[in-house]
Amino acid sequence: MSVLEIHDLHVSIEADGAPKEILTGVDLTIRAGETHAIMGPNGSGKSTLAYAVAGHPRYTVTSGTVTLDGADVLTMTVDERARAGLFLAMQYPVEVPGVSVSNFLRSAATAMRAEAPKLRLWVKEQKAAMVRLEMDPAFAERSVNEGFSGGEKKRHEILQLELLQPKIAILDETDSGLDVDALRVVSEGVNRVREGGETGVVLITHYTRILKYIKPDAVHVFVKGRIAESGGAELADELEAHGYAKYGESEAGDAAGRPALPTGPVLPGVLAPS
Amino acid sequence: MASSIADALTTERAALKDTGGVMDGSVAVGVKPSTPRSPADVRPERVRSRDVDAFPVPTGREEEWRFTPLDRVQPLLDGAPSDAHLTVDSELPAGVELVEVAAGELDVPLPIDRLAALALARSGSALVVRVPKALELDAPVVLRLSGEGTGEVVWGHVVLDIAEQSRATVVLEHTGSARYAACVSVLVGDGAALQLVQVQDWAGDTVHVAHVASRLGRDAKLLSTQVSLGGDLVRITESVDFAGPGGDVELRGVSFADGGQHLEHRLLVDHSAPHCRSRVTYKSALQGDQAHTVWIGDVLIRAAAEGTDTYELNRNLLLTPEARADSVPNLEIETGEIAGAGHASATGRFDDEQLFYLMARGIPADDARRMVVRGFFAEVIESIGVPALEQRLMATIEDELGRAFA
Repeated sequence: MSVLEIHDLHVSIEADGAPKEILTGVDLTIRAGETHAIMGPNGSGKSTLAYAVAGHPRYTVTSGTVTLDGADVLTMTVDERARAGLFLAMQYPVEVPGVSVSNFLRSAATAMRAEAPKLRLWVKEQKAAMVRLEMDPAFAERSVNEGFSGGEKKRHEILQLELLQPKIAILDETDSGLDVDALRVVSEGVNRVREGGETGVVLITHYTRILKYIKPDAVHVFVKGRIAESGGAELADELEAHGYAKYGESEAGDAAGRPALPTGPVLPGVLAPS
Repeated sequence: MASSIADALTTERAALKDTGGVMDGSVAVGVKPSTPRSPADVRPERVRSRDVDAFPVPTGREEEWRFTPLDRVQPLLDGAPSDAHLTVDSELPAGVELVEVAAGELDVPLPIDRLAALALARSGSALVVRVPKALELDAPVVLRLSGEGTGEVVWGHVVLDIAEQSRATVVLEHTGSARYAACVSVLVGDGAALQLVQVQDWAGDTVHVAHVASRLGRDAKLLSTQVSLGGDLVRITESVDFAGPGGDVELRGVSFADGGQHLEHRLLVDHSAPHCRSRVTYKSALQGDQAHTVWIGDVLIRAAAEGTDTYELNRNLLLTPEARADSVPNLEIETGEIAGAGHASATGRFDDEQLFYLMARGIPADDARRMVVRGFFAEVIESIGVPALEQRLMATIEDELGRAFA
């Protein structure tokens, strides 16, 4: 059984030429088969945790450890982390013009499985996964994420999750911007992966909405760059009722009244809220 | 690397502002915006002539020559007569003629600069491909021109005469070593459609300067794709004249410049007839010290050219920081009665976010870079429609990439 262990993780970004600490000591252990929800106000550092674990170059780990089944994740390159079994479903998936979805998926599967899947079997596998996510087969010939709607991008992320079968999947605000239908389809996809029992899931979310479809084993409240409280599914209900006020946080910003800082990776034209 | 993304994005915003707001998801960074023109810099009336001396000897300060390293084209500019030839190999579908015709007998579009006039004057005879009236070809005409050395200058004139109502694909390939100055006259008759693919796959010592001069008849169509990969210096000037209304031209191009290479593409679409359409899509990737691409996109919409619809796009991808891409779109409009006119130009560094996304799915960095660059070129290459050629060109690009990421 796989286990991802994050211990006393501190992460900084460069802001206005000076390092700024975003994660201030995160401790978290995720085992295969478990689902953990990480909830928190904007700017609390939830997305930073996701991207730092995945190895995005914008984030500098200043101290702490991340291990997957005992192996040091922090010394691995981004692709090595993925091949070791880490998966990040992104809030803002990146467009890659001229690279078709089918080419991309097969390249990813080839890298993850250490050999190219047999073409005929692969076509079937991909098609079946797309049908389960209610995706039009024509989708496979489009350029990766180019011109996709918000819902299409998220389905495409979950399609990759299903095909690549990671040990630990971190889903960064996969529920944001989805209508009820898309939320159901995407949640069903996540639940299929969970049922396999081989994958640990970290659901990063701002809202409790997705937790009606995906029942977490644990809920963690993320405030000011670390976990402020952990509990069972009932903690989410409490947050739903009372918000983050008891942690000294309002929706709009932190306790001092400063506006929420965008801490996700900055993508063209988009400031990613954390 | 972390700060480079932030820098890139800052530069991108500046770039987008500078180029009129191209926003389509790809990151454009490190832009040298096209050199703005001051009013004093407005181009003088363009000269078109067979007379070599109608064009002054270039000094390098002229608008037409300011990007070209003149020392490398000097042997051509010297203009010494020569009988040297390129070797010609051809594939001709039934009904297509390949003949040599004496100079002076042909009504072709006039040269656009001194080297084009020299090529027309010195070539002596022209190699003419004739596709007769109403013939529709289902296989491409292939002309392979190859050079055997850079000793003597080769003056060349190739004519593609695509008669009215016919339909053809012509592939014009250049390989080997040469100092080659040429005119390529492209005559597309009324209602005819030509797809021209011209490939510069020269050895590293070649200097190739050419004027590809097209004239489209009424309702004629031209899809031209220029692929410049090899050579020390390649400078292709592509001009399009419309002899009647309803013409439709698409000019596409891809260049891949390595260290030391100068690849220059200059376009002039002269909309002088009403209701014609033009589209320009040129892309280049650059890597290595002194790798240089130049793209000049001149579109002229004359007073008579009502209903013109034109758009041009230039994209440059800097794979290494020391390469340089110059990009100058230029639209001159003399009538308000047009259907549309626009241009976009962006020069960017490699997009780290794309790289991160692919790598986060387990794809190694080099493979991820290759996928992104292949994708960048695929739009143009995959529209050629000659599968064997598409595959070969992609393979050549792969080789270049192999050198890039070795």
